[in-house]
Amino acid sequence: MGSNRTGRRRFLERGVAMAGLAVGAVRTASSQESAPETREVNPKGPYAYGERSRFVTSGRTNDYPKGVFQGMFGPRQNAPLQDVAGIITPAPLHFVRSHSTLPDTDPQKYRLLIHGLVDRPLDFSLEDLKRLPSESRIHFLECQGNSSPGHHAHRKSDFATVQDLHGGTSCSEWTGVPLSVLFKETGLKKGGTWLVSEGADAGRYTYTLPIAKALDDVMVVYGQNGEALRPDQGYPVRLLVPGWEGPYSVKWLRQIKVVDQPYMAWDEAIQHSISRPDLGDKSRWYHFEMPVKSLITRPSGGQTLPGRGFYEISGLAWSGAGVVRRVEVSTDGGRTWKDAKIQGPVHRKAHTRFTLPWSWDGSEVVLLSRATDERSEVQPSLDELSKRWGFSTKETWETADHAFHFNATQRWRVMGDRSIHDAMWS
Amino acid sequence: MPCGHKLLLTVMLVAAAGTGLAQSRPYNIGTAASPEEVRAADHVVGPTGKELPTGSGTSKEGAAIFAQRCAGCHGSNGAGGAGGPRLVAASTNGKQGPFTEKSATNYYPHATIAWDYINRAMPANKPGSLSADEVYAVTAFLLFKNGIIQESDSMDAKSLPKVEMPNRNGFVPAVPVWPAPPKPSWY
Repeated sequence: MGSNRTGRRRFLERGVAMAGLAVGAVRTASSQESAPETREVNPKGPYAYGERSRFVTSGRTNDYPKGVFQGMFGPRQNAPLQDVAGIITPAPLHFVRSHSTLPDTDPQKYRLLIHGLVDRPLDFSLEDLKRLPSESRIHFLECQGNSSPGHHAHRKSDFATVQDLHGGTSCSEWTGVPLSVLFKETGLKKGGTWLVSEGADAGRYTYTLPIAKALDDVMVVYGQNGEALRPDQGYPVRLLVPGWEGPYSVKWLRQIKVVDQPYMAWDEAIQHSISRPDLGDKSRWYHFEMPVKSLITRPSGGQTLPGRGFYEISGLAWSGAGVVRRVEVSTDGGRTWKDAKIQGPVHRKAHTRFTLPWSWDGSEVVLLSRATDERSEVQPSLDELSKRWGFSTKETWETADHAFHFNATQRWRVMGDRSIHDAMWS
Repeated sequence: MPCGHKLLLTVMLVAAAGTGLAQSRPYNIGTAASPEEVRAADHVVGPTGKELPTGSGTSKEGAAIFAQRCAGCHGSNGAGGAGGPRLVAASTNGKQGPFTEKSATNYYPHATIAWDYINRAMPANKPGSLSADEVYAVTAFLLFKNGIIQESDSMDAKSLPKVEMPNRNGFVPAVPVWPAPPKPSWY
């Protein structure tokens, strides 16, 4: 209140001064005051860091069924995509995947060590990183196993919403230093073709990345959506590997070691390897880019339509390859398609909002979307993906929790009773 | 000819910039890390095992440590249990199917992966609390239980990287490479 009153008085004084000037009598009100005003810096009440309305309750949800032991491992939480407006996911709602503890790092003590096949092993403090040339870019991050087919299976039928089924993706404006800038400081030795990055969590989460990608568009980030990273997003510093599987973007980044080959850390070579029938006895690893995907987020599973009439169908599309060129929407189960409006500007490797006006006549319908990216890759239907990956029945899909990179079109069934359900398999 | 000179100059400048990258620090920001600091931080072990520390352990020694530190989550025989995944495959023939339990140690293409992961991330309630000898021993125990080494085999910095893993060629692409050869994204 005090500071508000002071501000208002200043404004009035300025007005008086201006009025004085206008009539030619130069006399300022402030000249009558002797002592400089003190300012009450910190707002009282909830204004220093704004809170949302008490009526808004949207939040993350757990990404595992009841009874699954999480024990010592970190949280696995999904973003409420059905409630997100535009393309940016607020940091407090950004999905979370962690593999160990949540570090509580003092930014004064933070150091990023870069060593291995470099000319000069260097330590960078947080202040060092902030002094270097920065970039801010909008990119999605997606869990490699997001949209897991196992989630759609009837045995896990409590996964009903777009958040439950696909909430392992989020999109932020990230601010930090391009890794190429840091490598100019350290120098790179010949033969340094990969790097190993390591987190400061108790399990020292470790992941290998090719140097060519690192020099292309990888960033060491400290800012997310205009503020410091949140602890569950890697405070104070994380790696950001645009367009690639989430696990590459190591949180609580503590060190980078430049090496001459993939280091086959358990996290990359074992945990995130992929089994599928079409691969036979083999497993797919080092899969890198996330494929083109789109989802209708509204109307979507678990919601109830208020009644017949007009709705704007709205959703998100993205691709690890670059920009989304086209999104089509079908309101008749895929028999006919209409081009959705894509809201610009469209960012590379970023969530892209699409919309389509629609009028519901009250009958049972199936809504779905499919996206096409800059490489002309078209998001497949479940049938197409089943053929490619060798899954013959719904039952085989149910056992396919490790068939990562699942990007089949998401079908939502709107029932005559106005309820909406996951119709991936029906 | 001026054109030619210009080209030559450009080539020389580019060459100079190329070699200069190794020497010059454009911003001179960051502090030199001491060899001691790098040594202390440098614990990740790659597939060649060249970073493995001194120490050794056998399956027999590992069995006792496993019972004490690991079995609570992974089960007494490593078959999986309260929250910990299966580490010993149900079948020890080394054949991998599409739905294999990939947490079992016989799925790993290199024995060094087990050593590195146990060393830094296990046990999950106290990562980093096992000594190098203990990590060698537990690794030996898991390799023996999976039918890969003999019970009397001692694992150390020399023997561990030489263990022939049954699933060594069970991954595609055989050699991870980027940029990846052109393939549809779903592959």
